[in-house]
Amino acid sequence: MKTVNHNGRHTRVAAMCLLLLVLAPPPAWSAMLFVSNERGNTVTVLDSNTLKTIKTIPTGQRPRGIVAGPHGKWVYVCVGDSNRIDVIDVSKLAVTRHLPSGADPELLAVGNNGNRVYIANEDNAQVTVLNAETGKLLAEIPVGSEPEGMRVSPNNQITVATSEGSSLVHFIDNKTLKLVASVLVGTRPRVVTFTPDGRYVWASSEVGGTVSVIDASTHQVVQTIGFAIPGMRAEFIQPVGITMSKDGSEAFIALGPANHVAVVNTKTYKVSDYIIVGQRPWHMALSPDGSKLYSVNGFTNDVTVVDVKSLKPEVSVHVGRLPWGIAVVP
Amino acid sequence: MKRGIATIVAAVLALTLAAATSAAPSDAQGASGSTAKSKEVVTHYAYLGMEYREPAPLSLLKPAVIPDEGLAGVRLGTNYNNLAGKFLGLKFVLDETMLPQGGDVVAAAKKLLASGQHLIIADLKAPDLLAVADLPQAKDAIILNIRARDDVLRQTQCRRNVFHLIPSDAMLTDALAQYLVWKKWTRWFLVRGKHPADIEYANDITRSAKLYGAKIVAERAYELQTGARRVDTGYQEIQTQMPMLTRGVPDYDVAFVADETNSFGLYLQYRTTDPRPVVGTDGLEATAWGAAYESYAAQTLHDDFRKLAHREITVRDYEGWLAAHLLEMAVKHGNASNVDAVRKYITSDNLKLAGYKGEGMNFRSWDNQLRQPILLMDQLSLVSISPQPGFLHPTYNTDTLGFDQPQSLCKFSK
Repeated sequence: MKTVNHNGRHTRVAAMCLLLLVLAPPPAWSAMLFVSNERGNTVTVLDSNTLKTIKTIPTGQRPRGIVAGPHGKWVYVCVGDSNRIDVIDVSKLAVTRHLPSGADPELLAVGNNGNRVYIANEDNAQVTVLNAETGKLLAEIPVGSEPEGMRVSPNNQITVATSEGSSLVHFIDNKTLKLVASVLVGTRPRVVTFTPDGRYVWASSEVGGTVSVIDASTHQVVQTIGFAIPGMRAEFIQPVGITMSKDGSEAFIALGPANHVAVVNTKTYKVSDYIIVGQRPWHMALSPDGSKLYSVNGFTNDVTVVDVKSLKPEVSVHVGRLPWGIAVVP
Repeated sequence: MKRGIATIVAAVLALTLAAATSAAPSDAQGASGSTAKSKEVVTHYAYLGMEYREPAPLSLLKPAVIPDEGLAGVRLGTNYNNLAGKFLGLKFVLDETMLPQGGDVVAAAKKLLASGQHLIIADLKAPDLLAVADLPQAKDAIILNIRARDDVLRQTQCRRNVFHLIPSDAMLTDALAQYLVWKKWTRWFLVRGKHPADIEYANDITRSAKLYGAKIVAERAYELQTGARRVDTGYQEIQTQMPMLTRGVPDYDVAFVADETNSFGLYLQYRTTDPRPVVGTDGLEATAWGAAYESYAAQTLHDDFRKLAHREITVRDYEGWLAAHLLEMAVKHGNASNVDAVRKYITSDNLKLAGYKGEGMNFRSWDNQLRQPILLMDQLSLVSISPQPGFLHPTYNTDTLGFDQPQSLCKFSK
């Protein structure tokens, strides 16, 4: 299982099916989890069924933001200290090409048709837009200081970016590649995501300790969500990762040093639960069928698997050093 | 936070730079999200510093004089403020006053106050800071202390209009004490200079020892002997002087040095009679900032500072940047349109000032000291951050550092 040829995924899936035919009913899905290890300078690839490491892929220096392209062929990794994007060929499980990202890329987003990547350049206050295939520079858009969170709207019309230093969420028109609005949110916004219907943007403010919900058409903050865990100091509650459940009814918010993931009802904006995971959960992702949530825990060097239905943590799996982000490829 | 969040469409505002008028600070408007503005909102604040003659550092790697120390940090903060401000229709204008050694700080402060400057970033030593704070015209000003660590400014000589961004000496020695106690290195040999500042720092070491159950096994004062400084054969003299200074002491775990004037502290390391680590003003230091600190996204600040000032960032630069950032937050997040509104915002328990320390920070209500984690660093790396695990406090763990409310002697009479 640990050796992988050029068709490693298919071999693996076939082997898995054989094994499971004997032992248990076959799972409805199988996926690969790509976890960026900021201090390890690697990407760990886990099999979603066995939770075993399939491969550890060496990358450039300081891999953080990691995103899968829409067709599951490529995984893009921001390697900040190498000032580029490493592109992993999923069929080969290796970095096969690079994109010139501009200075210190931290996070990126891929357009829904896979043609473009939108990159947050942490060190020089801009968003870089590239052709995902050729790496051709399409635009450099000035934003506030320390840009980080990036997300493309479900209809592909808008890209949102946060600037941590300026506490802003910027809206970029994907047709004109110009800023259309900048919205003030809580201190040091890290991650943005759209609700599945594209109507709202959720932005986490790490130091502010809140999540702001912004109406994507009026650019007004419609809700600010706070968190309180019994016995936990307010200063340790630092929201970072945001992942929406598949049906959009729940949002999962990773609370960093509070070592918990908050579950928020997206209609009422009430926190319904706090799930304990590893230390310093940062980014998260859902399994393809939405039944599992994977939380990437920086200080414990592991990934916690949470059952979305029961909201119970099931198991934590060791990955590389200081894991940061995660991308799931079905 | 909910109240303060302004939502402003940048498209309307970003192109209105030309509309800037240099409005007097007193009539600067707040960044209200509810009304669309076609004009920029301009906020003025001042930097007030003096070129004090400082003792030259012992290490050749440290520059003897940094002409723009402190000020460069305020400039960087102002650049950041305007970078964000252009998306929100906000503009920040810095008024710089750098006095020569012995300059008339009171006259300079009067001039600033008369011109309507009531937000003052003070890079001043304690006597000058108090002289400015006690001016009748400064009664309602907000003076941000980025330099003076003197405990007395947080205790009997506290002032209602002075806010301390820089930690007090007591916070620094407590931060070190917690780490040493956590290490179980609780037998301290106190070595101090004879300058009043050395004695003050030594008193803080004694206070921290009592508070955290450490024992000062011996205390010695050292006076710089001529010839021990940078002369060709200086190292030979030092090599004999430091063992003499540290001989015949009861067994101890660390040499805790109080040398505020840079006269010998650096020379203790590797030269004590017994092989012991050095902590305090040299060796392992407690500080608000260091050039080798990179946690919590701090690297960005180093990179941007280097681009601007062409040197490494110091503690005073960091505090200057933080002061500009605090004023920006009050205007941007707090919609503060005048000095009273700024004061209301910065004295709120809900203030979450982001200073690359991994948590939002606010001020202690009893003495206007900024709560903050304290870095423990040697010259090249971060060793730890206090408060240490296990040192708990009912409200803020950072209140285990320095003067907590029950120990406060501050009465805001003035």
